Amino acid sequence: MNAAGQLVAFGTVARREVARILRIWTQTLLPSAITMTLYFVIFGTLIGSRIGDIVPGVGYIDYIVPGLIMMAVVTNSYGNISSSFFSAKFGHYVEEMLASPMPGWILLAGYVAGAVLRGFMVALIVLAISLFFTRIQMHHAWVTLSTIVLTSIVFALAGFINALYAKKFDDVALVPTFLLTPLTYLGGVFYSVDMLGSPWRQISHANPVLYMVNAFRYGLLDISDMPLGLAYAVMLGFVVVLTLVALHLLRRGIGLRS
Amino acid sequence: MSDHPALDIVELSKTYASGVQALRGVSLRVEPGDFFALLGPNGAGKSTLIGILSSLVNATAGDARVFGVSVRERRSEAMALLGLVPQEVNLNQFEKPLDICINQAGFYGIPRAVALPRAQTYLRQLQLWDKAQQPVRTLSGGMKRRLMIARAMMSEPRLLVLDEPTAGVDIEIRRSMWKFISAINRAGTTVILTTHYLEEAEQLCRNIAIIDHGRIIEHSSMKKLLAKLDIETLVLDLAEPHAAVLPQLPGIELHAVDPLTLEATVPRGHDLNSLFAALTLAGIVVRSLRNKSNRLEELFVRLVEGGKAVA
Repeated sequence: MNAAGQLVAFGTVARREVARILRIWTQTLLPSAITMTLYFVIFGTLIGSRIGDIVPGVGYIDYIVPGLIMMAVVTNSYGNISSSFFSAKFGHYVEEMLASPMPGWILLAGYVAGAVLRGFMVALIVLAISLFFTRIQMHHAWVTLSTIVLTSIVFALAGFINALYAKKFDDVALVPTFLLTPLTYLGGVFYSVDMLGSPWRQISHANPVLYMVNAFRYGLLDISDMPLGLAYAVMLGFVVVLTLVALHLLRRGIGLRS
Repeated sequence: MSDHPALDIVELSKTYASGVQALRGVSLRVEPGDFFALLGPNGAGKSTLIGILSSLVNATAGDARVFGVSVRERRSEAMALLGLVPQEVNLNQFEKPLDICINQAGFYGIPRAVALPRAQTYLRQLQLWDKAQQPVRTLSGGMKRRLMIARAMMSEPRLLVLDEPTAGVDIEIRRSMWKFISAINRAGTTVILTTHYLEEAEQLCRNIAIIDHGRIIEHSSMKKLLAKLDIETLVLDLAEPHAAVLPQLPGIELHAVDPLTLEATVPRGHDLNSLFAALTLAGIVVRSLRNKSNRLEELFVRLVEGGKAVA
């Protein structure tokens, strides 16, 4: 397949993913809007107004906006690819792609692109909702943008690997419940890691979501608990490692070819 | 590339992780333009073989070449030459037939501008155009089977592999599918067909292979294979229940199926007059006479059961 054909194939996979996201928008876009509105009402307005400034000059509701956006990006990019790709496996229509000349890396790129686009859509929705509760000035647009893209890619790749190994729908649901939710809640969404005592502060540094949330918070609010360079290194490191793992699994046909 | 066979399978073996040996050194050659039947009982290895051809199953040993291109070494190029209609319906139930066809073309790198008119052509030819915008889940079983053929044709493959395409389809739709596939074959596409409807294989295919327990047990032209059949079984419907003792006839084996039905196994070329004379003498009145099964079915059963009667 030549480069033009590969581009067509990539566009086909990505477009099919976006069509799916929009077709079932009540399952893909609406839940985050409702959940995050509740977070803003409860943690931002009701409780947050009594907490005061968590960092000097930054109100609690402003502080949690980046974290809540990242929480939505993480769960949606992961959930999009794991459920969509596992459904394709479960319904066997993944064979349409596997028996085609399309290389595995194009298939992976198409699915990741779909997940990144959903992450982006949800980020925009949550950001728009946040504007009903507070006023946020974006300080570093490129950091904000690149953090959303890199975080989406990391969790899309993780979701893809999960879907490759999954044999039943329960296997796809386990990781978000027992891994993603704790990682995001303990990833500095609602608090500054500086508030933690030893050893929890040191342990928190092993959580990759902490770096993503803080990089994004730097982009939006110009504050971060973590050095920006380290945050990018962590995100890029995960992108590289998970990409290599996903491609290796695809090449071996793990979970796909007998 | 034109000098190469459409399909050249050499010593293909597959042992699953469970230890099941699905294929045991299968070698097979299908010439370009052929309409080839691959038959075998359930679990014989047909679907594994097709799985390897379409790169959905990894071979343990051996290789398959599609028009000279190795599936193992040059998967992408080989897949560009091959179209697959799988045995199980593997359509996204929430998508529409038109989208499925256009997406399928996209996976082969065919742009939408080319795919759209092509999808229209094949969906019309397979009488699905009026359903093009309806979700697949609303289509009947026969429509889904036809859609899988339209989908496979989107890349206009040189080799089309159909794994039981007419399973569970009523005779009228089956005939329309035969017509479509025959036209595709006449236009130059090599077709490999697996089916449990043996009259389908007999009518459509020029060459045949029979696989059993992971081995090819017969590989020849349909004509030659059918010529090997040296007996036929006749079913005799009687006017009245027959007597307990049936007449004995040299060269003809006669046995009762039920009080009103007899079966006579007759060597080819043997005259039937002696049979009817003996039946008349025994006071047995035959109301009607028919062949028990088609010829290929007879051969198939005997080959698979390991019968020695085939010369």
